[in-house]
Parts: sequence; C-alpha cells; structure tokens
Amino acid sequence: MKKTGAQIFVECLLKEGVDTIFGFPGGAVLPIYDELYNAPIRHILVRHEQGAVHMADGYARATGRPGVVVVTSGPGATNTVTGIATAYMDSVPVVVFTGQVPTPLIGNDAFQEADIVGITRPCTKHNYLIKDVRDLARKIKEAFYVATTGRPGPVLVDLPKDVLTDSVEFVYPETVRMESYQPTYRGHQGQIKKALNLILKAKRPVVYAGGGVLLSNASEELKKFVTKLNLPITTTLMGLGAFPGTHPLFMGMLGMHGTYCANMAVTNTDCLIAIGARFDDRVTGKVDEFAPYADIIHIDIDPTSISKTIKVDIPIVGDVRNVLRDMLKILPSVGGLREYKKSLKEWHRQIKEWASTHSLAYTQDMKGGIKPQFVIEKLYELTKGDAIVTTEVGQNQMWAAQYFKFDSPRTFLTSGGLGTMGFGFPAAIGAQIAFPKKTVIDIAGDGSIQMNIQEMATAVQYKLPVKVAIINNRFLGMVRQWQELFYNKRYSYSCLGVLPDFVKLAESYGGVGLRATKPDEVEPVIKKALEIKDRPVLMDFVVNPEEDVYPMVPAGQPINKMLLV
Amino acid sequence: MRHTISVLVNNEFGVLARIAGLFSGRGFNIESLCVAETIDPRISRMTIVTSGDDKILEQINKQLNKLIDVIKVHDFTGEEYIERELALIKVTATATNRAEILSIVDIFRAKVVDVSPRTYTIEITGDEEKISAITELLRPFGIKEIVRTGRIAMARSPKVK
Ligand SMILES: Cc1ncc(C[n+]2csc(CCOP(=O)(O)OP(=O)(O)O)c2C)c(N)n1
Repeated sequence: MKKTGAQIFVECLLKEGVDTIFGFPGGAVLPIYDELYNAPIRHILVRHEQGAVHMADGYARATGRPGVVVVTSGPGATNTVTGIATAYMDSVPVVVFTGQVPTPLIGNDAFQEADIVGITRPCTKHNYLIKDVRDLARKIKEAFYVATTGRPGPVLVDLPKDVLTDSVEFVYPETVRMESYQPTYRGHQGQIKKALNLILKAKRPVVYAGGGVLLSNASEELKKFVTKLNLPITTTLMGLGAFPGTHPLFMGMLGMHGTYCANMAVTNTDCLIAIGARFDDRVTGKVDEFAPYADIIHIDIDPTSISKTIKVDIPIVGDVRNVLRDMLKILPSVGGLREYKKSLKEWHRQIKEWASTHSLAYTQDMKGGIKPQFVIEKLYELTKGDAIVTTEVGQNQMWAAQYFKFDSPRTFLTSGGLGTMGFGFPAAIGAQIAFPKKTVIDIAGDGSIQMNIQEMATAVQYKLPVKVAIINNRFLGMVRQWQELFYNKRYSYSCLGVLPDFVKLAESYGGVGLRATKPDEVEPVIKKALEIKDRPVLMDFVVNPEEDVYPMVPAGQPINKMLLV
Repeated sequence: MRHTISVLVNNEFGVLARIAGLFSGRGFNIESLCVAETIDPRISRMTIVTSGDDKILEQINKQLNKLIDVIKVHDFTGEEYIERELALIKVTATATNRAEILSIVDIFRAKVVDVSPRTYTIEITGDEEKISAITELLRPFGIKEIVRTGRIAMARSPKVK
C-alpha cells in the first residue's frame, strides 16, 4: 500500500519500538503532527527545542534506548544544536528529526530555512538530508542503527516538507548493512591475553573506568573483573555508577575534582587499566605527568580514543562488555590468582593511607549557613541512594559527583563532555518519563536552572514529580571560584544580582516550591519534596555563597598537585 | 612528513564537506585534494596530500575511518606508488623564443594545447618535481597563468581497489 512520507515516518518509529517522542511543532512538520494526532506514540510537548533534546538525552542515558526528537525547520532546528552537541560529547544515542523547507526551495533562503545538516555535521555522529520519499524508510532505519551501535551518538534526519507529503509503497527494511560502517565489537584475543599478563605482573594496578562501561552495559562484568583480582578502582565523572560507589575497592572519582586517594593512586600506579574512558583533560591534568610510572592498557570501542592524548601500551579495540567477558573467561586458567591478590597487600595499605586523608571532609555548623555538601549528603541519606540524579554544570555538578554515592549504572546523568548549563532539568524530565515511579532529582545551580526553567510547564503538564534541588549561592559559583583562586577575587560578572523567587516561580507554573535557609530546615524540605508524587517540586537551598569545591587540581597541573581544604 | 592518502567514500551528498570539515575542525592540514568517481559510480575516491608527525597521521587515519561514509583509507607512505599531477601553463611566446620554448616542451614530453599570437598554453603531467622543474625553466619567458590539479596516486602493486 502507498503511504505518505509522514505516515512512513510514524510506521518506522513504531517498527523501531519507539513509544515516546519529545517535540515541538511548526509549519514544516505539520504533516508529521497530523499523523501523530492519532498515532499510538506518546508525544511530549516541550517548551523549547533545546529542552526536547536534553529530555531525549536523559531518557536515553537512563534507559539505554535511543531518545527521539521532532522539531520544525529553521529556528526549531537551530534550537536543537546545543542539545545535540551535548549528546555527541557524551556518546548518547539520540535521533533528531527536523523539518525542512520543500526540496525545490532548498538553497533559496526560503522562510524558516536553515542548513541544519551543515550546521550539525561536526556535532552529530552522522546526519541525513532526505531528498526522495523512496529513501525515507531505509535512512530512518540507518539513523537508528548508527545512533545505537558502535560508540553511540546523536543522528539527525532532515525532512523536507514535500518528502513528507509525497507517497510511495512502504517497505520497511528489516536489516541494515553498511559497507562503510562496521564497528569492532570483539577485542583482539592476543591483546587481551597480553593485557592480562601485564596486569598479573603489576604490583600497583589501578582500574580507571569511564562512561563507556555504562554505554556497553558492562557494570556486572566490571564488578566481577575488579573483585576477582581485588583491583583498586576509580571512575571518571561519566563513569560514576558503573561500579558501586559504596564498594570498598572504590577510591572515588579522579581528576580535577577527584579524591586525593584516586589521584595519588593513578599517579603512582605501575599498571593503569583504562576501560571505556578517553583521557579527557579534566581527568589527566598535565598530560606528561599523568600516570608516569604506568604501563597503560586501554579498552575502547572507538579507535580514535586510543593514543589520542596519551600513548598506550596495550590497546584493545572492542566493546567493553565483550572484552571484559573474554578476560573473565581466561582468568580461571591463569592460576596464581590467590598469590597475586596477596601480593597487592602493600598497595592496598598505601591506598588506605591516602584515603584516610578524607579529602572530601567538611563540617556543617548547625548554627551557621547551609553548606552545599550537606544538602547533597542529606539528599543521598534521605533517598537511601535510590534515585536517578541529574546535574546542571558548575559547583553543583561537582558536589553531586563527590557526595552522592552511585551504586547502580545509569543513575547519574550529567553533561560531562560539553558541560552544558541547562542540561539537568530537562534530562531529569526525560528520565522521569522513562521511570515514572523512580525518584529523579536535578541537582542544580541558581544560574543553570534558569537556562531551561521553562520546562517546568512540561513537568506540570505531564504530572512528573521531578525534584529540583537548587544549590542557591547567588553566584555563577564555579566561575566565581576560579576568579577567587586565579584572578585575585575579581568577581567579574559572576554575581547574579537579580534572581527570581524560585518558590513563587515554581508555584506560578503549578509546581511546588520549598525553601531552606538554615541547616535544620534541609531535612524537612527534602522529606516533604519526596512525598510529592504528582507534580514537580523545586527546593531552593539558600547556601553559603562563597563555598568552594575541593580538592581541586588547577588546570594544566599534574593531578597529584591538588589544592586541599 | 608529507603523506598521500587515498580515501574511498560513498558517493553521497555532502561527503566532501564531511572530509573537509574533519580536517579543518581538528586542525589537520590539507595540501591538495582530488575527488572523482571510481569505476563503481556509488563510490568516489579522494586523494589527499597532508602532513604531520606519526601521531597526527594516526589520528587522521582513524578519524577518517570513523566517518560513516568512509569505506577505506590507505596511506601510500612507505610503499612503491605512482603519483601524478597535471598542470596547464600559459607562457608568453614571441617570435624569437618560440623555438626555445618548444624544445623545453619536448624535453619534458609536455604538449602545447593552445596557441595564440602571443602565448602558448602547455599541458604537462608528472610528479610534483617535474612540474616544478618545467615551471622554473619557463619562468624567464614570462608565465601568465598556471593551473595545477592536486595529486593522484596509485600503488605499484595492486594493493588498493
Ligand atoms: C551554557 C553554558 N554557559 C556558560 C558556561 C560556563 N560556566 C560553567 S560553570 C558556570 C557557573 C554555573 O553557575 P550555577 O548554575 O549557579 O552553578 P554553581 O557553579 O553556582 O553551582 C558557568 C557560567 C557553561 N558551562 N554552560
């Protein structure tokens, strides 16, 4: 039977198992919206297209399934760019469909025309302009395939209006094969053996795990591997939750705001096992002095990540889960595991000593102002850690990473690569839509929350009990901290002079607003918020304005040169 | 060091922009670039001359491979291969020096492809050195215009499709 492009679009989404999309209508996508009117797909009407992409992104990070977005041409499309770049930097599978002017008008500066394929070429994994309805089904299939396989990432599909109204016989391609795109999933067996041998010779091994572990759903395998060999482990910001945060082998996050213990261990290790991590500058600090005594093993599905900034000794290109499974398979035959574990005793003693410095210690004076760290610890305590936490960007993000303990994968959603203020709240909405019963909390700053606050209306409309915890310091805190430390306290445009009354703001949208200004108000506010199940809650924690995030490694310094409190 | 790289790509809309964008976005160098269809019209070949140290070349190679439309990347460095460029050179030709110019053309096995009362247009193919050499010899006569293609290359043993 012949179908229009718009009908084919909906059919393809259903074939892909998509049940929820995030979108905002406009002229160029009216044929799609007309089909959506009766389609068995839930459409979440956002208030800004950037919000739609972050929601789809949060949905994808929380579930592992691709998030889907539909927006119109021109400004609708350009509004998605920050969201797409955010997903790209963190390898999140999102498929964005943009409307486009009819093909005969492309290139004519038509009304609401933007070359969105050109604009997003460097921040998508791949993108398509569909010029003929006959290509539509195959390209949509490809888009989902590319977004979700290999190292995942966002894919954009640009749909001219005439392609949506033209008709063709609908045939859904059940399989895709792309000669030019064939990710490597199996690790090289020889390399895997070599890596194991190297690990078993090491006296001071450290595992450094990143977001790739979560992307390949390898947390179980990682835990088995690490505990079987009794290896000390640290994770990146993106890797939090890939290994239980409360496990005795976990040393905390490494890098610029990592723990003293993790950074010292990495600096002194003789064998660094990098798993699904990419040696980002926020992790390595000064590259020449990163893990200077170590032989480095690097497992990653993306060959470009290997030896990009740091030369590695044993690269293994492959899916993290497959490679770890292969390692676990070989382990029993290796022998001498018990002696090996014993031989690490001295190393574990040393690590314990570093950990005993308690680099994250702080004191909350119950008569003084609220400390941000205290708020995060209370959130952890009162949720018993059973929550999905998203963050904005800045100090709030780092405190969330340091003081909340993430025991399960896909429970900490943060914009690590791009560092996008305004990510956390819509991402929390996306996660809440995926898991309606779960507690979802956006740990926010008073600056960042204003970058997508309009999505409060979306949360109210769909009765989503998302919690927003604003760490309100009246500053663009992280900017202020750098100015304090490196620019002689010249707080140039980092003080937010005017802020809305967040409680009233939440209420005006139809949500709930709560405020704590004293330490003993923190707990009751959180408890009250956790009881609300039918609408968003915004908690305004008015905290000490000039609290800093420590430990800190100044940019470009080696990571063992930390500023401690 | 200079490298000549052959890249087979899907003959799709926007591929050239993807490759060019990759080079500019990551700060890689392009000295020359030639693009044309292969025998299979669904596939194009790009021949790129670039430069950089081993680490940069490793990244260029991997990043090119990572592009969804790239089928195959081949760096000719370290093997036997033939490379060619083509140049058109318009040189001032007066009654007194025509013979001398023609003898240079002859020595280089070039061709005169257009003649006007005051100029010769010469076509030459060869590697970069050969083209530079004839250019230098013709310069004293007064070169009015030169158009050069980028480099194309082919392995001597049939290693590349
Ligand atoms: C969209 C965007 N613009 C600017 C920045 C630069 N930036 C990084 S942290 C920060 C301050 C964030 O302030 P706030 O949200 O109040 O959080 P705090 O650091 O106080 O916790 C800024 C401006 C950014 N990361 N993202």
